[in-house]
Amino acid sequence: MFLGSLFVNRETFRTYFKLTIEECIAIGINSIFLVSLVSFFMGAVTTIQTAYNLVNPLIPNYVISLVVRDMTILELAPTIIAVIYAGKVGSSMASGLGTMRISEQIDALQVMGINSASYLVLPKILGSLLMYPMLVIIAGLLAIVGGYLAGVFTGVITATQYIYGIRFDFNEYTVTFALIKSFVFAFLVASISSFKGYYTTGGAVEVGKASTSAVTQSVIAILLADYLLAQLLL
Amino acid sequence: MIRIENIHKSFDGKPVLRGISGTFEKGEPNLIIGSSGTGKSVLLKCIVGLIEPDEGHVYFDDKEFTNSNRDTKTEIRRQIGMLFQGGALFDSKTVEQNVMFPLDVLTKMPKAEKLDRVNFCLERVGLAGQNHKMPSEISGGMKKRVGIARAIVNNSSYLFCDEPNSGLDPQTSILIDELILEITEEYNITTIVVTHDMNSVLGIGDKIMFLYKGEKLWEGNKNEIMTSGIKEFDDFVFANKVMRKLREI
Repeated sequence: MFLGSLFVNRETFRTYFKLTIEECIAIGINSIFLVSLVSFFMGAVTTIQTAYNLVNPLIPNYVISLVVRDMTILELAPTIIAVIYAGKVGSSMASGLGTMRISEQIDALQVMGINSASYLVLPKILGSLLMYPMLVIIAGLLAIVGGYLAGVFTGVITATQYIYGIRFDFNEYTVTFALIKSFVFAFLVASISSFKGYYTTGGAVEVGKASTSAVTQSVIAILLADYLLAQLLL
Repeated sequence: MIRIENIHKSFDGKPVLRGISGTFEKGEPNLIIGSSGTGKSVLLKCIVGLIEPDEGHVYFDDKEFTNSNRDTKTEIRRQIGMLFQGGALFDSKTVEQNVMFPLDVLTKMPKAEKLDRVNFCLERVGLAGQNHKMPSEISGGMKKRVGIARAIVNNSSYLFCDEPNSGLDPQTSILIDELILEITEEYNITTIVVTHDMNSVLGIGDKIMFLYKGEKLWEGNKNEIMTSGIKEFDDFVFANKVMRKLREI
């Protein structure tokens, strides 16, 4: 019902376009630093730990980067970043909308004859759908770069071996799968967080609760969707 | 003119409004007064459609609002301006953007024309030159005035004010009351003010509706409040020592 209400009594395309761009900046551009930092170190740590576990001399070194590549593209970039995304963007969406609700800003929109759900939530969902896949692409790239730098500088793998491993037996479908996951997670985080924030009642304490609940439910939904998508698409 | 008929509203089985009817005329502030928890704000929200009444009808200039379709409701709502208790200004927007908001979303006015209208409204509420301040940088009284400017920027036919004086000092309260009165008379709009402030009642109470435990107990004007003869109303009006003394005189 909540999602259905986003598509009735809408404003002009220009209004949504402007709002969606604003959301893209708030959601995407402002998340780049955190996503980059996390993914860079995630790649670096994955490389070191994979090297630590591969003690058999019969296994070639390039397997390290192959493992980093597949783990990053299939799971770490779309899923782990989604959990971070839920914590950063989801909580911000829920608390922002919750504050608007308790300070009567949503009522003010409603009184003006504006469909507040559509006006506030639709751009957030569109912005999320546009930006999160891009964040996942950046995260995947930076994790692989992080792995390369950590591997080469610590000497666990040479640059040539790392690049060979990255290119070895590459299945393009994993990227498609990661992008499908990223769209689903983006939608889940934005819609769950918006729902929680939009229907906040009470005061400041309830805004905090809504924010926490948005993150918890988003993370649960991400993990469930991750499992289902893996079952269905792999 | 706004007419309400037999408005009932309950929350969790507890009645908050019990069959309230009345007419709110154009060109004069209509006050809904009563102690805290008597259903004043709920009635106001029922009138503007923020809360759906369980029973009853609301008419805006004889156009039914409560049971009308979404398009009619939207059409009526776009003629409504509302001043909320806390101002309800959009935190992320400047004073100018807040006042311009209804014009941005609801009209296709050119930018220069919108800016002229915003400046006119800000000047009208005594906030000329405050365009670029953020809501967090202005006082409570200024927030209320920005709220009024936003409510009238779209040439609204109906103005609703929910506790316009709450949290304000007596002097600023009087300024806000006078502003509401002037705007109502100047633009000949239908204004409904919810308040429990006796200063407002005495200042702009040309038409007063008194609510008690969700029922309309008295209707009249500021000149008749001394002689209502209703105990509950007298208890409310003369709760203040000064008012009691005034009665004795």
